[in-house]
Amino acid sequence: MQHEKLASFEDAVLPHLDAAHNLARWLTRSDSDADDVVQEAYLRAFKFFGGFHGTDGRSWVLAIVRNTCYTWMQHNRSPQFSAPLDDELENIESEDLDPEELLQQSQDTEIVRRALQELPVEYREVLVLRELEEMSYKEIAGIADLPVGTVMSRLARGRKRLQKALTKHMQAEVLSELPKSTGTNSRLR
Amino acid sequence: MSCQRAQELIHGYVDGELDPENNLEIERHIQECQVCASTYRSQTALRSSLRDKSLYYPASEKLKKRIQSVVRKEAKSERSPRSLGWRWVAVGASLAFMLLIGVMLWRVLPGVSGPSSDELLAQELVSNHVRSLLLSGSHLTDVLSSDQHTVKPWFDGKVDFAPPVKDFASQDFSLYGGRLEYLNNRSVATLIYQHRSHYINLYIWPTEQRGSTEEITFQRQGYNLIHWTSSGMNYWAISDLNNVELHEFARLVQQQ
Repeated sequence: MQHEKLASFEDAVLPHLDAAHNLARWLTRSDSDADDVVQEAYLRAFKFFGGFHGTDGRSWVLAIVRNTCYTWMQHNRSPQFSAPLDDELENIESEDLDPEELLQQSQDTEIVRRALQELPVEYREVLVLRELEEMSYKEIAGIADLPVGTVMSRLARGRKRLQKALTKHMQAEVLSELPKSTGTNSRLR
Repeated sequence: MSCQRAQELIHGYVDGELDPENNLEIERHIQECQVCASTYRSQTALRSSLRDKSLYYPASEKLKKRIQSVVRKEAKSERSPRSLGWRWVAVGASLAFMLLIGVMLWRVLPGVSGPSSDELLAQELVSNHVRSLLLSGSHLTDVLSSDQHTVKPWFDGKVDFAPPVKDFASQDFSLYGGRLEYLNNRSVATLIYQHRSHYINLYIWPTEQRGSTEEITFQRQGYNLIHWTSSGMNYWAISDLNNVELHEFARLVQQQ
């Protein structure tokens, strides 16, 4: 019986280790923390695997990874986690950003990485699940324990914040590069 | 559709999550509104920048191996105590099954149980016979008498039945005495006869069985045993005497 359990666990849950690690890495923002969280989450998942009767092993294990991350972050620092959501960016005008300019910015994945990493975790998680994991609103709602409608509004706010952060980083980079003529230029090509 | 509403629904549109009605309204709005059209374009651009492979953090091979072995270890630790339990259940179940089969055979096949219980009894009688002789006379008899009228009353009050006692001295099987034994979970009257230098122990106790049965002969450790029932009594004769003479003795007892 235990043999069967192990076999179906290795079949249904183990293949989603990449997704699990990606989520944990974006939530904890640390390589070593992500590894520890994923290991803990997988042990927990195996213990509770008897309660898994669905077919979507990825959503099931990602919900466990997310919960493990939050517990981890509460116990290990991360004051940023408890920062309240603020809606000050609600009124950002989209014309602040020229699509062409944004496209050029987006060539530099390091800027995108930094901007996404600095987002409050509530926005970060829905963006990671939506854009990197390409999950549906319904799947995201299940994992993040949110109503589907909230998933969309969080994505909307998260993207606006991300755009603003990208602009900020872009400007900073351009300014810092003015005195020098080389450096990260080649990356921006 | 207002721009405020469109600004949020654009995300559902980009993500392909809108119902057909809202989908159509957004498409119309974008065609008419420059601001929202710009938002739509920037969102599409943002999306493609976020889908850069280098933003994805897959698990390292090291982590994958570590987790696999940790999970397997966990599976083993869950398995060992539980499967041990199952193993004992299996042992118990097969023992119970064997016991059931045994009881069924015992009940259904008297042939199986009969000889085996008689054989056990025969073994017990041989031991008793040997012991009675080892004690060289002093315990061979409780009542030492060749007089059947002395021996028979001696059993009164000692056993709950009256064993037939008869001296066959004229046939060279003389009564030697009587003894009380506890055999086969009950009190048993024992008569001792002598034939030349040989002693015969004749064990007698009541049986539920009516009528008479044929003689059954056993041989154990060089001793001959003859068993029969007659007139509601079990008889076991045992001696180192040869089989022919012991049969002669048995016939005398039966004819009394």
